[in-house]
Amino acid sequence: MDIYLLEAVMNGVLLGGVLALLALGLNLIFGVVDVVWIAYAELVMCGMYAEWWLTDSAAWPVLAASAAAIAFVALLGVLVHLLVIAPILGSAPINQLLATGGLLFFLQSAATLLFGTDFRNLGLRLPVIEFGDIFISLSRLIAFVAALLGAAALYLFLSRSFLGTAIRAVAQDREIMGLMGVDQRRIYLLTSAIGGGLAGLAACLLLLQYDVHPYIGLTFGPITFMICVLGGLGNMIGGFVAAFIISQIIAIAGYYVSIEASYVLAFVVFIALVLLRPQGILGK
Amino acid sequence: MTARLPAALAALVLLLLLPLALRDYFLHIAVQVLLWGFIYTAWSMMGRFGLVSLGHGAFLGIGGYVPALLWNHYDLTPWLGIPLSVLLAALLALVVGYPATRMRVVGHYYALVTLALSQVVLLSMIALRDMTGGSLGMTPRSAGRASWYALQFPEKSEFYFLALALWLAGLALWLWLERSMGSKALEAINEDEGAAAAIGIDVMREKLRVTLISAGLTALGGGAYVQYLMYVNPETVSGVGVSLQIVFAAIAGGMYSLLGPTIGALLTIVLAEGLRVAFGTHFIGAANTIYGVLLVLFIIFMPRGIAGLVEGLLARPGRPAAAE
Repeated sequence: MDIYLLEAVMNGVLLGGVLALLALGLNLIFGVVDVVWIAYAELVMCGMYAEWWLTDSAAWPVLAASAAAIAFVALLGVLVHLLVIAPILGSAPINQLLATGGLLFFLQSAATLLFGTDFRNLGLRLPVIEFGDIFISLSRLIAFVAALLGAAALYLFLSRSFLGTAIRAVAQDREIMGLMGVDQRRIYLLTSAIGGGLAGLAACLLLLQYDVHPYIGLTFGPITFMICVLGGLGNMIGGFVAAFIISQIIAIAGYYVSIEASYVLAFVVFIALVLLRPQGILGK
Repeated sequence: MTARLPAALAALVLLLLLPLALRDYFLHIAVQVLLWGFIYTAWSMMGRFGLVSLGHGAFLGIGGYVPALLWNHYDLTPWLGIPLSVLLAALLALVVGYPATRMRVVGHYYALVTLALSQVVLLSMIALRDMTGGSLGMTPRSAGRASWYALQFPEKSEFYFLALALWLAGLALWLWLERSMGSKALEAINEDEGAAAAIGIDVMREKLRVTLISAGLTALGGGAYVQYLMYVNPETVSGVGVSLQIVFAAIAGGMYSLLGPTIGALLTIVLAEGLRVAFGTHFIGAANTIYGVLLVLFIIFMPRGIAGLVEGLLARPGRPAAAE
């Protein structure tokens, strides 16, 4: 097998980890609150800027800045729910999607206003590891492992803890859970905070590999929605599987043709799959 | 009702005389408002029936690029290039719209599929950089003077009349659709697709008809826009950004009213230009920051947009508009 192709496949797997994390957050919010946050990738952008600013201007160590960035985006998630989603929770779902679209414009241009359009990065130089003839960058490996740990932690929380069980129960039947004495408002806020936190974690992992700029959300946002829909909106395991399928398409087609062509192919596959199987690849 | 016709005629005369009164800069804004107003009107033809497409960037991109590419590489006049791009956009709308209707892809899924579609066109334009100039964009080869054959008019006032005619045609089509049986059928479909089908409405036909018209007109608007600016780049005519811009302007202006989308165009363009003049280039993000906040507020508090609010006030003078 071609060694460069193998490298592309490996990089695809590593990218898939971070995309899976993003898809998990978006799917969690959709499954529980029944809203698609079009601005989800812009929250990631906010997290990247927060971490960059803390390390660059406030001279914090990277790990502390990462923790603070995660907390910051979790808080943003709560604010998004309180300020944008809660007032229109009862109106047509498409209105909620569009309202977070307005938020997308706001966050993008607020970032331009605050930080300009320059590309920023942490200036970290992590070594490249050699496995036989394959080169894998350490930053991608760290991102992959951390993303899987984040996903595992979410899984444990949802399946083992009382609050996690309540969240899953609301996702299954919100009316009944209200009657059973579960405070939906609290569950929604908690879910938004967790969804935000996952975006924050993804932000820290992406900042290891990519520069941050105000429009970076447009690079990851559309793929994230695609992954969620492919997996079946709200279906977290489906989203997880779809993340790796999409990232392989991108990595392999990127290797054979060009990076834009690989994204075009991924989007076309997505459109075709949704039109053929609207319930998602794992749906019934 | 009776006062409507004279008022419309007076407004038309004013619009025809406008180039005499305006300096080039303001005329430039007027042309932009007319062209974008046309595109937003085209979007609202389907948007107001619950077919919220985030993919109009795809059709706009086809309309913007195809005639320019044919003109530059094959010397084909835009008189053929633009209709060709309109057909192509309608064909694309059919290829996606048919299965989407068949499989009942609606709401979130519809929005996200169409969003992917506009990304496909955006990325294709960038990927074909040998022909399209990639992210840097491209310029249709200049005819050097005003030319009907090349559909190029360096004088803004000449293009203004073209844009005005296009915009008026768009409004006429909107009215025609509004008064057709299809409009009632689509309202019924939007309320309850199953029930609409049960009383004998051909859901597939009605949805596809309005989708194809909307897509074709959007491509037409894209073609006119590029002939006017004599420049096109992928981000300004396709992708998520412009698709959302179309949706928002139509909603903010009021997608349920004839003039709503044009009001949306006027509002967003004047706001952007005003903030640009007021702040200069120091605060590049200022216009869109305010814009973003306004959009969120509009969707939360005024889902029928400005036109809807005005109509509500006119319908019941002295009383607040009916809450949605």
